Amino acid sequence: MTLAALRTHGLCKQFGGITATQDVSITIARGARHALIGPNGAGKTTLVNLLTGVLQPSAGRIELEGEDITGMPAHQRVRRGLVRTFQINQLFAAFTPIETMSLVIAQREGQGADCFRALCRHAGAVDEAIALLERFHLAADMDVRTSMLPYGKRRLLEIAIAVASRPRVLLLDEPVAGVPVGESKEILDTLSALPSDVSVLLIEHDMDLVFRFATRMSVLVNGALFVEGTTNEIARNPEVKAVYLGEASHA
Amino acid sequence: MATAPPASRISTTRFLRSTRIRSYEIVVWALAVAALVVFPAHAPLWNEIAILALFAVSLGHAAFFGTGCYAAALFAKHVMPDPLVGLAVAAIAAGLLGLITSPLVLRGSDLTRLMVTLGVALILFELANRYSEITGGADGLQGVVMGPLLGLFKFGLDGRVGYSYSLIVLFLLFVLARRIVNSPFGYGLRAIRDNRLRATAIGINANARLAAVYTLAGAYGGVAGALLAQTTAFASLDVLDFHRSADVMLVLVVGGIGYLYGGLLGAVVFTVLRDQLSALSPEYWQFWLGLVLVIVVLVGHERLARPWHRLADWFERRAEASRAGVEASR
Repeated sequence: MTLAALRTHGLCKQFGGITATQDVSITIARGARHALIGPNGAGKTTLVNLLTGVLQPSAGRIELEGEDITGMPAHQRVRRGLVRTFQINQLFAAFTPIETMSLVIAQREGQGADCFRALCRHAGAVDEAIALLERFHLAADMDVRTSMLPYGKRRLLEIAIAVASRPRVLLLDEPVAGVPVGESKEILDTLSALPSDVSVLLIEHDMDLVFRFATRMSVLVNGALFVEGTTNEIARNPEVKAVYLGEASHA
Repeated sequence: MATAPPASRISTTRFLRSTRIRSYEIVVWALAVAALVVFPAHAPLWNEIAILALFAVSLGHAAFFGTGCYAAALFAKHVMPDPLVGLAVAAIAAGLLGLITSPLVLRGSDLTRLMVTLGVALILFELANRYSEITGGADGLQGVVMGPLLGLFKFGLDGRVGYSYSLIVLFLLFVLARRIVNSPFGYGLRAIRDNRLRATAIGINANARLAAVYTLAGAYGGVAGALLAQTTAFASLDVLDFHRSADVMLVLVVGGIGYLYGGLLGAVVFTVLRDQLSALSPEYWQFWLGLVLVIVVLVGHERLARPWHRLADWFERRAEASRAGVEASR
């Protein structure tokens, strides 16, 4: 069990009288391609917010590569390699992609507090930013303000920021939500190309995508962990079909 | 991940050139120097503009301005008359005030923050009023004698040395501010303003950054106040007054926010306008000043400052309309 990249113990979150997360103990193995599924309102995004430090849990513990990070501020978790993407794009609207990526890389390299040398003179950061933008098919738009980019490109930038942060554990909150089918392939290809020692937790609705990408799955229902197993086990589990996949099989 | 400079580096020249000195910047500073050469008799007015511009580049917060002003005046009176040492002391004093009060402004929304900053200035105003044996109270601090600048240039009544001094300090702090704006630290600050959630998610400690820049802004405001104290050899309660903060609001309404030269442009327009209007209409100048500001706000800063954009829009619409007409007649 020393191989766990991310582990929670009895994680709970209450908003007033409502329990959004109920006693969730989950283990993401190092290098895992782990999916988290569950019907709407199951508490998937709340769980991500707890893991990343946007929310503080009411009870329970979170460990990142063996270290207790339960009370750690969000920005320090990022520096330890716990990186996320957002279900709804969270970008710097006034920056261009090259500015955004250069900032992310300079920040990652510990240059973020440098207040003297211009960002565009951090040649290492700029070169790496350009290389990443090329990989994400954004090189042609690198000087366009983010607010002017089409949705698909902004979605790619959202993923590119996470990859540029060099995650140890990457939390993907519905990465292809709202992206046209043709463009979602680009995103999936870049995610498949991630180094194998990076652990990925994929929160997704799209079952095709989940079965293509993940090897293990956890099913969340009403804030609690319903079942966990390999994708094949989950696919055959009659209870999961009843609460969740059943909805899809009618279609 | 060592990468060779990719070929498309050329295509991002706009970003790589973002730190280049632009021609309008040279014009601005050349004009500032020319003002002294061509109109030396107005040096005190130019000095006022330079100080207001520096104040506008900081947070425009009377608490810092007043702290720097009193710190410089008291230091000159009781410790040492050298202006440069006094300037450093004032910057440190106001910077410390910024550091101490930063936890207050990091909490709450914009409106509560505004009230808190006003509250700090009010508290300082009343303290300065109460401890009049130190500050001189409502009569102002008398008997401040400044030493010569670098031991060479004496501050005279004509204000030429004063303006030269203020202008050089303004220029140096402008250069520093410009560097900060283009640095990763500056980009990080804009990132926090743009999207704090995302800024935190790339590892930026937003509170620490804001506290740091608030401290720096405090020091800038303090230097502006110190320049006033040193070039006029005087400090009074007026420097902590609410209207100091309000003036900067007006300067920024005229000049526009979000870029460094806005404060400078606004300071020039505001001060010259006030000076001219009060000469033309000694009794009602505030009415006319108010009217101009109302017009600026109603018409919109962007359209006033760049009327050619509107003209270009108009031509484009006309061209489009005639194209549509041709198409319809076919």
